[in-house]
Amino acid sequence: MRSSASKLSLCLLMTPFVLWIVLLVLLPHLQMLRVSFHVRESWDTVTLGLEQYQNFFSESYYWRTFVRTGVMSLFTTFLTLVIAFPIAWYIAQLARGRAKGFLFLACLIPFWASELVRTYGWMILLRESGLFSTWLQALGLADGPVEMLYNDAAVIIGLVYNGLLFMVVPLVTTLDGMDENLVEAGYDLGGNHWTVLREIIVPWAMPGVVSGCIVVFMLTLGSYLTPILMGGKDSAWFTEQIFTQFITRFNWEQGAALGVLLLVLSSVIVWLGLRVTGQNLRKVMG
Amino acid sequence: MASDLFCTDLVRRFGDHTAVDRVSLDVPAGTFFSILGPSGCGKTTLLRLLAGFDRPDSGEIQIRGARMNDVPPNKRPVNMVFQHLALFPTMSVGDNIGYGLRRQKVPAAERTRKIARVLEQVGLPGLEDRNPQQLSGGQRQRVALARCLVLEPTLLLLDEPLGALDLKLREQMKVELKHLQKAFGTTFVYITHDQSEAMVMSDQVAVMRQGRFDQVAAPETLYRNPATPFVAGFVGDNNRLSGDVISVDGDLVRLRLQSGEEVAGRIAGEGIATGRRADLFIRPESLVMNGAVPDGYSRMQATVTTTLFDGANSRIEAGVADQTIFARLPQDGSVSNLSPDSAIQLGWDPQGATVFAGEPV
Ligand SMILES: Nc1ncnc2c1ncn2[C@@H]1O[C@H](COP(=O)(O)OP(=O)(O)OP(=O)(O)O)[C@@H](O)[C@H]1O
Ligand SMILES: [Mg+2]
Repeated sequence: MRSSASKLSLCLLMTPFVLWIVLLVLLPHLQMLRVSFHVRESWDTVTLGLEQYQNFFSESYYWRTFVRTGVMSLFTTFLTLVIAFPIAWYIAQLARGRAKGFLFLACLIPFWASELVRTYGWMILLRESGLFSTWLQALGLADGPVEMLYNDAAVIIGLVYNGLLFMVVPLVTTLDGMDENLVEAGYDLGGNHWTVLREIIVPWAMPGVVSGCIVVFMLTLGSYLTPILMGGKDSAWFTEQIFTQFITRFNWEQGAALGVLLLVLSSVIVWLGLRVTGQNLRKVMG
Repeated sequence: MASDLFCTDLVRRFGDHTAVDRVSLDVPAGTFFSILGPSGCGKTTLLRLLAGFDRPDSGEIQIRGARMNDVPPNKRPVNMVFQHLALFPTMSVGDNIGYGLRRQKVPAAERTRKIARVLEQVGLPGLEDRNPQQLSGGQRQRVALARCLVLEPTLLLLDEPLGALDLKLREQMKVELKHLQKAFGTTFVYITHDQSEAMVMSDQVAVMRQGRFDQVAAPETLYRNPATPFVAGFVGDNNRLSGDVISVDGDLVRLRLQSGEEVAGRIAGEGIATGRRADLFIRPESLVMNGAVPDGYSRMQATVTTTLFDGANSRIEAGVADQTIFARLPQDGSVSNLSPDSAIQLGWDPQGATVFAGEPV
């Protein structure tokens, strides 16, 4: 009697979760996977085939953008990690009492605005008639207006900024639990700054590093607004091409194939990352 | 004997609180030196100055004659066993011990050999591949020791390393630490607030109070000849009886207690004069009871409050006027059937009691 009641409550609890997984995750992806193998022969006949994937490999523009997006996302993730680590260390280990909460909040504040507004913020600073350009001219460091937007560096700045919080939070969480005596012991036994960082702090922070990197990498790979708004003609992002296929060209088959490829890319890189760092998902996600 | 650690007038202030106040110490090579004091008296602060995690505001630290004030912790020939051990949780036991050796660029083969040997010396052979989390409290303790001892430091600092262990294990580790210190011949500076740890293990004990050393002496001297009332009360159990000085005769002094009785003790501090207040300290184990009180002893009437049976350490609690006094029950059971409220005569050898000038009322 009791066990059937608890089974029922378990079912009730699980239902929304299962519905979510099936309806919003599994079904659309399976559908997309199916559509990506469609080959349209005439307006109403469809056969199965690999044409969309062949297109991807034969059209160099596709796979170049694909590789570029992957490499730039990796670089952005790495840069975010390098910037976030000292911030997280400061918040977790050095800041005390109210300063700690305040700093954490300060990291959160930009995320009260949408990605669009955040990106416009950077555009105001970086564009030809923007603040930085004006200052450079006022200081006499530049003769004319300087355009800092519409290149890869601008895109990376925007992406790092968007990802920073998602790197800082898991890092602070892991570093917070670290006994400060561990660091002192590291020095006491003869280590210098570099060895203490490499052998003691980083291994301890590894779960946070990996989970932060996974989140930031996926966010970056799938971001759309920032690369479009801040990137130049040559800095196309792969999501842009998916958008173009679906919306502009109305070529759902091609769009679906590109979408599947992006999913495969992110899965493979995350899997590789976990393998290389010797972590597993269960450990990283707590 | 050459001294391994020599400090003069160390001072460390936090705001207007002086945590370490003009501390000087001299620790001969190969000895076990303890710093004993109540919680918050500045022990950890002092140890961190020695380890180099903190800088003194003034004073000098010398290790084997070399000035250490400006040497960073990783360059000092000093290692520390932390209060909570601070074993690296991401490394195996072997890597924990190997960490310091790798910093010293010891080749891999020799490193393996040294790790195996030190683990054997601390009684944990073959545990290199375990994780520190898989060890018991006492085993972790030994790994923390091995991690330092393998580097053969001039000086090993230990910050209440037994505090986290249960009573039984603590008793066992006390003796073992002493043996390890002898076996390695390393100079130990050991911090504790537990007087029995300090007494059992040390060659020399410094009793610290509010940032200062009250007395630095061998355990037996501290026990028999405390230099201050604080030492008398803190080291070992002691009874304290307050009274007025009525006469001084050589090194003996007679006091009149509040109960009106006259007792005697040995002068141990400055400022004792007829008519002044004074405190007499007498240990529970120095008190004899009833018929056993020989001639020439000070004696005093008391009323038994209760008997506290604890095997070899059984005591009675008795009241004298409004003061409480503890007396050790003789082992042979010669004093028995002391019912509450019965009268009892307590006596002691005046040479075994110490008298200090009391605080002015
Ligand atoms: N970083 C600091 N800033 C301000 N005050 C401090 C600091 N470290 C210690 N103190 C103060 O110095 C005094 C001595 O502290 P310390 O930690 O040395 O005590 P302790 O003798 O080790 O005590 P315990 O036996 O409880 O460990 C305390 O009153 C403490 O509040
Ligand atoms: Mg302490």
